[in-house]
Amino acid sequence: MTKDALTGTNLFNMGLSSGEPPEFWNVDKPDNIRSLYRGAVEAGSDIFLTNTFGGNAARLKLHNAQGRVRELNRVGAALGREIADASGRTVVVAGSVGPTGEIFVPMGSLTHDLAVEIFHEQAEGLKDGGADVLWVETISAPEEYRAAAEAAARAGMPWCGTMSFDTAGRTMMGVTSAAMAEMVEKLPNPPIAFGANCGVGASDLMRTVLGFVAAGTARPIIAKGNAGIPKYHDGHIHYDGTPDLMAEYAVLARDAGVRIIGGCCGTMPEHLTAMRAAMESRPKGPRPTLEDISAKLGAFSSASDGTGEDVGPKRERRGRRG
Amino acid sequence: MADDDEIILSELSDDELVLQMHDDLYDGLKEEIEEGVNILIARGWTPYDTLTKALVAGMTIVGADFRDGILFVPEVLLAANAMKAGMFILKPLLAETGAPRMGKMVIGTVKGDIHDIGKNLVAMMMEGAGFEVLDLGINNSVEKYLDALEKEQPDILGMSALLTTTMPYMKVVIDTMKEKGMREDYIVLVGGAPLNEEFSKAIGADAYCRDAAVAVETAKQYVARKHNQLNG
Repeated sequence: MTKDALTGTNLFNMGLSSGEPPEFWNVDKPDNIRSLYRGAVEAGSDIFLTNTFGGNAARLKLHNAQGRVRELNRVGAALGREIADASGRTVVVAGSVGPTGEIFVPMGSLTHDLAVEIFHEQAEGLKDGGADVLWVETISAPEEYRAAAEAAARAGMPWCGTMSFDTAGRTMMGVTSAAMAEMVEKLPNPPIAFGANCGVGASDLMRTVLGFVAAGTARPIIAKGNAGIPKYHDGHIHYDGTPDLMAEYAVLARDAGVRIIGGCCGTMPEHLTAMRAAMESRPKGPRPTLEDISAKLGAFSSASDGTGEDVGPKRERRGRRG
Repeated sequence: MADDDEIILSELSDDELVLQMHDDLYDGLKEEIEEGVNILIARGWTPYDTLTKALVAGMTIVGADFRDGILFVPEVLLAANAMKAGMFILKPLLAETGAPRMGKMVIGTVKGDIHDIGKNLVAMMMEGAGFEVLDLGINNSVEKYLDALEKEQPDILGMSALLTTTMPYMKVVIDTMKEKGMREDYIVLVGGAPLNEEFSKAIGADAYCRDAAVAVETAKQYVARKHNQLNG
């Protein structure tokens, strides 16, 4: 299965201005959103994500739109339903749910109950609009992942959830791939599939995937890597990952046992088409090693990702406090 | 270790106490840091020495381990919180004693961008390094940045963006500073997940800072350079 491109990149190519929340376009420019979804479907995606990533109350509040959560998510999902149903094949409408952007107590102010409430409100909107599944993405904190799981249960929706491993192979909050795989199995309402999205380039993402595989999970794994690194050119942002590189990444992900393969930031329909074509034309190979990955996709951003025998350096402590 | 004897901070020698405070900062022990600061001051340490040798030196270790992927955001937030508690005691004393200033920074996330975790970390680590920091929060327009620059007269302007969709706004701010002929009055540092060195050069910032630890190191270098220029 292949999955869609990141919504923001494509919308920006359609003229979304910096600072405007993309979710507003679900209502204000529905034809642009339809065309975005159609681009992913026509490039051969079996799953595409709705334009609702920032559609939770915590994020919309910053645009004074916290009262529009239900509406923006419902419409975003309904447009997706329309495109999927018109495609003539089975295409899954995944209701995109991004992080709240808040930090949990005790360091921040977000409580578990409040986070569940925020995600639940969004989930109900996506359900109303006809999303098939909740797709939780770019999570850093285990607390937030757990809250999303509970919200999915409350809404009675199946869900998938990926975290972003962007800091020395871990999430910003220090979660390793192994720790995530363990956490997922302990949830009362585990996702139907889990994995990694965004982060730092395709090599790191594949290393994270190998970490999930090494944890011995039987659950389907999701890989959704960025199309390279953002570059600034003439007032616009472009990602430097070529369709060929993304195709290579897709084949490696498949050979590693990943069931759901997609592109995150910077991924355009031409990347998705190249990924799909490569997976269909190239025979399945053995599971890649870390060496295969860095040879084909480039070097890793850090020497260790905190998993396996090499748990990374620790500081020598005076050790007199418990 | 839980079965060890309890540490009585007031019974430690100065050197031992400072090392213990480095460890306690590392572990984010707020009350212990407050106690340590009070003990050093009571022993006749200057507020400036207490700040630099106990707190800033301790936060430098935290920063280095954050940079090297040994510590992650939750630990750094705890450490910064402990640091802040120590600073709260020292701040009025530093002002009274006319201690040398490290420098001043105005920082904020750019317009349209509501992410602030990274920016908060930078603000905390900068304070941890002894800088005075004015945090403008999120979603800052060019007017808000310029107002703050004129009012606060900082050494450094820090801008953060977490989205590829909002990062071009940094150029709007820098271009406006250029138009008003004030660009050269400030050190402009930029950061955020989707940024890189090349982007920072393209928009005319002084430097890109990969993380909060790098931001502190970069700020120190640039402020030192600026002071040298003024004196030269």
